[in-house]
Amino acid sequence: MSIRTWLAERLPIDAVQAAIDHKTVPLHRHSFWYYLGGMTLFFFGVQVATGILLLLYYRPSSAEAYDSVQFIMTRVPFGWLIRSLHSWSANLMVAAAFIHLFSVLYLKAYRKPREFTWLSGMVLLFITMGFGFTGYLLPWNELAFFATRVGTDIPGAIPVVGDAIVTFLRGGPDVTGATLTRFFGIHVAVLPAITTVVLGLHLLLVQYHGMSVPPSIEDEAARIGRPVRVMPFVPHFALRDLFGWMVALALLAGLSAYLPWELGRKADLFAAAPAGIRPEWYFLWTFQALKLVPGHVLGLEGELVAISVLSLGALGILLLPFLDPNTTRSRRVVNWLASAALLFMAVMTIWAYWGGE
Amino acid sequence: MPATPTNPDRRRWLDWVLGSWFAGVCGAVFFPVVRYLSPPEISEPPTLTVKAGPAATLAPNTGRLVPFGQKPALVVRLKNGELRAFAGTCTHLACTVQYRPDLEHIWCACHNGHYDLTGRNISGPPPKPLDSYEAHEQGDEIVISRRT
Repeated sequence: MSIRTWLAERLPIDAVQAAIDHKTVPLHRHSFWYYLGGMTLFFFGVQVATGILLLLYYRPSSAEAYDSVQFIMTRVPFGWLIRSLHSWSANLMVAAAFIHLFSVLYLKAYRKPREFTWLSGMVLLFITMGFGFTGYLLPWNELAFFATRVGTDIPGAIPVVGDAIVTFLRGGPDVTGATLTRFFGIHVAVLPAITTVVLGLHLLLVQYHGMSVPPSIEDEAARIGRPVRVMPFVPHFALRDLFGWMVALALLAGLSAYLPWELGRKADLFAAAPAGIRPEWYFLWTFQALKLVPGHVLGLEGELVAISVLSLGALGILLLPFLDPNTTRSRRVVNWLASAALLFMAVMTIWAYWGGE
Repeated sequence: MPATPTNPDRRRWLDWVLGSWFAGVCGAVFFPVVRYLSPPEISEPPTLTVKAGPAATLAPNTGRLVPFGQKPALVVRLKNGELRAFAGTCTHLACTVQYRPDLEHIWCACHNGHYDLTGRNISGPPPKPLDSYEAHEQGDEIVISRRT
């Protein structure tokens, strides 16, 4: 008896094989965007692997965190590479997730019956931002310290429960070693546990529904009376996916080797925020917007107004599948709104980079 | 199990008892967890006065950050030699402010907030002035204290 037959009597190998054989991916001029989800997953895999390696030397206390990262970067063989890979891959993962989000949005892949795929994807994006925010503090350097002070102070503007949220996030009234320990726990245990469940659901739903065909392609196919062309998932799509991952790995390795991530100066709880301080690029647009909102707007605290607008925007995009009635007109409105949001984010980001004070 | 219970009152009562029991178990599990997540309040006597370093080394038109309890405080020596002290935490988003000799006022690097030398927010996003403290020289040392 062959090993395969032996296993097939005990495991659903034949069913899985049949599913793989039958799985196809639509082939059309927008097919390129189908690779972005897998690309995000690839960077996530790099994060898990390098994160586990960093855990072997990292020490999560305010007294030791900075020195332990310095030790990793200067003394541990290839430590500089592992840490650089982790930092660069985090950035590339956020970038891939954002492109994935906007491509899904423009191609209207969120429409019925894929509402839950969209919701789980949005939750994963929020979790990714959470990973970025909590991970940023872990080296306990000056930039991270102030970024965390600002980031955790923002919910303080929410009436009634604001202060309680700030205390909960910081593990006390101020950003201290207690915040570091808390962020470490969230970064390496809480978020990975939630991610496992939500990512599992997201991937299951993608398999269940298959790839969405954009309305424009569907209309074209209906007009010429021919079904949309497809390619087999294995090997056609899988090999292209693998090629994309190789390109991503080359980019990641190049960035990590030639532009190793800096460690900066150790956080000093009683030093002034240094001039030119800026958050990570993906928070730059929020940073610039917060800088521009005056102290008071229409009698309300400017910060509260800014958070309300941002929260409403986030809620709107989260619930998009339920707000968009999916007519030709509504699709155009969504495209305009998405383009306006992208333009706003781009202008704010450029302004933050080159605007000076 | 029959589709319609023979004794509906008894079934309702059982549902109620089991429901309450389940709610009790959930409460007993989640209450300690939620309480555990909010850190204990460490009651510390409020800082009223601190020594802010030697007076001689703080030149006119410069500032110095010093710990005031758990938070930073900013001591500034004006051009005319007068000493002033403020809470060092920006009222916008809690960054630590600094004295800018070129502007001759207080500045926060994070979101470009400006305060004058009475602590008043004069430009940028800060919504409130900085708290000001008493500052004076005691022998060779600068001493700052909370206004009472």
